[in-house]
Amino acid sequence: MGGMLGTRVPAGSQARAPRGYRPCNVLTYAGPTMTQDTDTTPPSSGSTPREPRHRASGPRALDRVLGVTGELMIAAGVLLGLFVVWQLFYTDVTADREQSQIVEDFVAGITAAEPETTASAAPAVDVVETIPAEFQFTDDPPQMDQPAHAETFAVMYVPRWGEDYVKPIAQGVDKAQVLNVIGIGHYPDTAMPGELGNFAVAGHRTTYGKPFSDIDMLDLGDDVVVQTDEAWFVYEVVNHEIVLPTDVQVIAPVPNQPGAEADGHYLTMTSCHPRFSAAQRWIVHAELKYWAPVGHGVPAEMREDLS
Amino acid sequence: MISTWLWSHLPGNAWVKTLILLIAFVGLVAVLFEWVFPWLEPYLGIQEQTVGQGG
Repeated sequence: MGGMLGTRVPAGSQARAPRGYRPCNVLTYAGPTMTQDTDTTPPSSGSTPREPRHRASGPRALDRVLGVTGELMIAAGVLLGLFVVWQLFYTDVTADREQSQIVEDFVAGITAAEPETTASAAPAVDVVETIPAEFQFTDDPPQMDQPAHAETFAVMYVPRWGEDYVKPIAQGVDKAQVLNVIGIGHYPDTAMPGELGNFAVAGHRTTYGKPFSDIDMLDLGDDVVVQTDEAWFVYEVVNHEIVLPTDVQVIAPVPNQPGAEADGHYLTMTSCHPRFSAAQRWIVHAELKYWAPVGHGVPAEMREDLS
Repeated sequence: MISTWLWSHLPGNAWVKTLILLIAFVGLVAVLFEWVFPWLEPYLGIQEQTVGQGG
């Protein structure tokens, strides 16, 4: 290839074609060599010394520049395509794996801490009973301190998103350590689960396990269940809104009333809107229905058939 | 042309060359997926789901 390029000579050289070279051949090759680029003719097979490949250097040089530019653009297109594949599919694959592991560990930790109730109930009956009414409380639950950053302190169940929907909740809303890795992030210094005020969490709408992928499917009255290692918290969706990213009043202690004294037990979920965009935020507000200590079954809301 | 140059400099016949290119591509994708894209993503700012933070 290098030799071939090196022996390129200016136009008019066909006049010095080897003696005995058939004119028809010259004519046949004259077209392709002017327009066709070398990449279509594999040098290993196509180039013989007799071929009059050498033509005017001007157009050939332009061809090569255009050809290489085209190749670079194709490469850039492939790179962009790969990035999209990675962002939309691969991050889900890896994050789903990690997040289900985190949930498994967290729930296993709770179960291990409650030997007297689960040890007797779990092996005997496969179906865990639902929490009876006498264990459903609406007063203030046990005080919970703000956890350390990126510490998983709860899991969330949303029956509307499927019986098997469960995602971990960790402290903090940065992507690097919480949202991209663990799933749902708790806005630091907003209320803890069940606490008076607004328990505010954020989650990806797309990519990285997309915990809040179907946040737009939540209807009024749907239940959102949060489980810490001490208690269950059952929230009921009361409304949703679409706001700008700067509208921080949605996570105020009383949603949309910044500065107001906390007057209820709220839950606020924030995620991207529209899907695949960062232009707006989809906000879901919920209010606490009741809380219950762990060890007395699961909330009946998790057993409802929503199909 | 890059592709021509690459093809002519790879050893072996067409099958071997194809195999080498295939393995190289898979390796490239692995490097991109595991290191390059995760590093690049925060700079693109297309993933925001919180309120009041850089949105």
